[in-house]
Amino acid sequence: MSLDAKIPKGPLAEKWSTHKFNLKLVNPANKRKYDVIVVGTGLAGASAAASLAELGYNVKAFCFQDSPRRAHSIAAQGGINAAKNYQNDGDSVYRLFYDTIKGGDYRAREGNVYRLAEVSVNIIDQCVAQGVPFAREYGGLLDNRSFGGSQVSRTFYARGQTGQQLLLGAYSALNRQIHLGKVKMYTRTEMLDIVTIDGQAKGIVTRNLINGQIETHTGHAVLLCTGGYGNVFYLSTNAIGSNVTAAWRAHKRGAYFANPCYTQIHPTCIPVTGDHQSKLTLMSESLRNDGRVWAPKTVAIAEQLRKGAIRADQVKEDDRDYFLERKYPSFGNLVPRDVASRNAKEMVDDGRGVGGSGFAVFLDFADAIHRLGKDAVAAKYGNLFDMYYQITDEDPYKQPMRIYPAVHYTMGGLWVDYNLSTNIPGLYALGECNFSDHGANRLGASALMQGLADGYFVIPYTLGDYLATIGPKPVDAGHPAFEKTKQEVTDRINKLLALKGTKTVNEYHRDLGHIMWEYCGMARTEEGLTKAKGLIQALRADFWKNAIVVGDNEEVNPALERAGRVADFLELGELMVDDALMRRESCGGHFRLESQTPEGEAMRDDEHFAFVAAWEYKGDNQPEVLNKEILDFEFVHLTQRSYK
Amino acid sequence: MSNGNMNLTLKVWRQKNAGSKGAFVTYKAENISPDMSFLEMLDVVNESLIHTGGEPIHFDHDCREGICGMCSLYINGHPHGPKNAITTCQLHMRTFHDGEIIVIEPWRAAAFPVIKDLAVDRSAFDRIQQAGGFVSVNTGGVPDANEIPIPKIIADEAFNSATCIGCGACVAACKNASAMLFVSAKVTQLGMLPQGQPERYTRVQAMVAQMDAEGFGSCTNTGACEIECPKEIKMTNIAHMNSDYFSAKLFRQEEIGEHASGE
Repeated sequence: MSLDAKIPKGPLAEKWSTHKFNLKLVNPANKRKYDVIVVGTGLAGASAAASLAELGYNVKAFCFQDSPRRAHSIAAQGGINAAKNYQNDGDSVYRLFYDTIKGGDYRAREGNVYRLAEVSVNIIDQCVAQGVPFAREYGGLLDNRSFGGSQVSRTFYARGQTGQQLLLGAYSALNRQIHLGKVKMYTRTEMLDIVTIDGQAKGIVTRNLINGQIETHTGHAVLLCTGGYGNVFYLSTNAIGSNVTAAWRAHKRGAYFANPCYTQIHPTCIPVTGDHQSKLTLMSESLRNDGRVWAPKTVAIAEQLRKGAIRADQVKEDDRDYFLERKYPSFGNLVPRDVASRNAKEMVDDGRGVGGSGFAVFLDFADAIHRLGKDAVAAKYGNLFDMYYQITDEDPYKQPMRIYPAVHYTMGGLWVDYNLSTNIPGLYALGECNFSDHGANRLGASALMQGLADGYFVIPYTLGDYLATIGPKPVDAGHPAFEKTKQEVTDRINKLLALKGTKTVNEYHRDLGHIMWEYCGMARTEEGLTKAKGLIQALRADFWKNAIVVGDNEEVNPALERAGRVADFLELGELMVDDALMRRESCGGHFRLESQTPEGEAMRDDEHFAFVAAWEYKGDNQPEVLNKEILDFEFVHLTQRSYK
Repeated sequence: MSNGNMNLTLKVWRQKNAGSKGAFVTYKAENISPDMSFLEMLDVVNESLIHTGGEPIHFDHDCREGICGMCSLYINGHPHGPKNAITTCQLHMRTFHDGEIIVIEPWRAAAFPVIKDLAVDRSAFDRIQQAGGFVSVNTGGVPDANEIPIPKIIADEAFNSATCIGCGACVAACKNASAMLFVSAKVTQLGMLPQGQPERYTRVQAMVAQMDAEGFGSCTNTGACEIECPKEIKMTNIAHMNSDYFSAKLFRQEEIGEHASGE
């Protein structure tokens, strides 16, 4: 089946404004007759909930954390892009659009990406009006910096805590609407299923994480703003609680899951130290503005470094290989993430990795400290340096950081059309939860932009069109679909609680992570992926026999919460592998060893793979069906990406 | 131990739920690597509890990189443990030595009832923010970002206040369980910025009123909050809030009128 993304016709720059005019409106007096469910309160969810409540809709917002402010958007460090051209350096909406579509390796939709670039300027205005304290110049105006994959300075930032400040801005807007009674907030509540009636989303089933109560909630529409699924790899930069369950449950109810194998492996994370490790910590990409990435030129020097026989600062300049600067002279250390990650892996594969494990390269600030002074470096990156020191017990002002790629973001997600609607009417997906704007690789400082674009400036328009179409008749809370779905959720919980085997859920999760990282990580092959598929199937079967889930439902039970999420990851993992197997090309974060240029760069196959892969669930342990949305490039000429 | 790993004794507060009585229970944490974070050490203990049929110790946590504010834990008499300017999830076991006894308690405050074991209910903090911790602007229709120039020094100071993660360590550190540092950080951030001026005096009254209603104690300027704050929020925020609060109460009741709720 071929999918219709409903991209408006006409010139690129007019698509969104034309579309906004054509969308139906809901009469102001009728808005209060509609209930909208928003699941997740990160940048996308909080901004959507607040903006929809401001318009007059009744919003019910849900998060599994103890407060909406905890959502993992809060951990984003580097910044948010906007085509303001405040720096007079040649930026424009078109350039941001072009950089983003190219950065995504031509696997995103032109219409969506242009709209994203277009509304980016409004986001900055909105955040400043809320009191978000962005970095400023001495003249009082906003400061910018450059980020990977771009040659202009368009990234707005708040020290190394941009995500925190943007989320607290959205949280404050949400709080205002809670105060006004337009948003009812449900914290420590996890969504476990969606309820559909006649093929339309009409509500959700949740579990209260304090007392285990399973409840149903009705809504005229359901918005999933539940983030990405990077934790399928066990170790990632995601929060421990980040999970795929909401999106996966929706998928199993019929929502297509698009491009699941598009995973972003971020180049600059703190390396793994041992099996006890529960998560990986990112060092912001902004560090590559001033830090220089290098590895020793020879295996012999690398060995001495690994044994601790010499320190990094003792390696002579001539013995260092600044491999990104060498291979990509025009972008240097600022190449996009996928390119930087792959090159770091090459160094390690070549035997030139450093650190105790050998799984690291250096990110060196000695030149920047020499050029700018320690204070200036501290002012820009102080909190990141402190964070590095806390974790590694090494002082990055004196020794270069050791970094290695780690799973950071998932470009794949629920398939949505231009209106952010999934193929289930009434079910929407916003932010990282959807697949739509980043193609096969996300540029730095684009995730915050997309989350807030969807929530503040897209969904308030597109949702109205759907609501006006279905009308304000209340959803029938007594419809048998609610009781039926609730029973299915309860049955699944009981099935999990009945598991009294010998292996903990965490151990299964770690095993799954190893499989995913080894075979579906930075480089993938047909052979490896085929093997991974079998391993995941076996692991999943074993989970449902031998896992241990302690405790009861009617209490605080994180073991049960974790078990449900890992069970879903065990299904998603296989779909990711299927998707990676199908896509016999390299693009962005998806690198197939069978498909590379003579220089070892990713080689796309536009003739056969310029499409979105939207997978359709067909039942437990049944192969999923591939639906294709062909990507039409009307305005951009597809080229092999070059950052040389 | 020869490989640098440690054996530790933990005295952990266990409490089934808000309604039951809690007590300390002693556990052994064995073969702990100094590279583990404190929470990873608890993960190891919990895994072994699950394997031996015990009930894992419950604690709040999420981002594990010191920014979400979800983790808590009162460790050896200090919120977020003995080191300054970090959260519990950033505390590493190299801070401790082999054979040490570590006492782990929840935040203790009437306004933060225990949910289970080491996790407490901090929803009072959300309600204080809902009372007035915002600028009343709707989405859209705002001026261009550079039409509001803000001196760098003001922007930087506002940022310092805005870095509060809402963890509640200030309350846990305070002998009166006062929330003044938390509340003043938001009042100060918005009170310093031009965007926050229109509601400056209504906001401070609304937030303080909610803080009092939640049952937090009074501030006696002891300063434990500032020392224990993982984000190093300064007590000058409290001075700023007191100044705005008294100014509002003494001189501005007419202009504020009935609308002291922030709207």
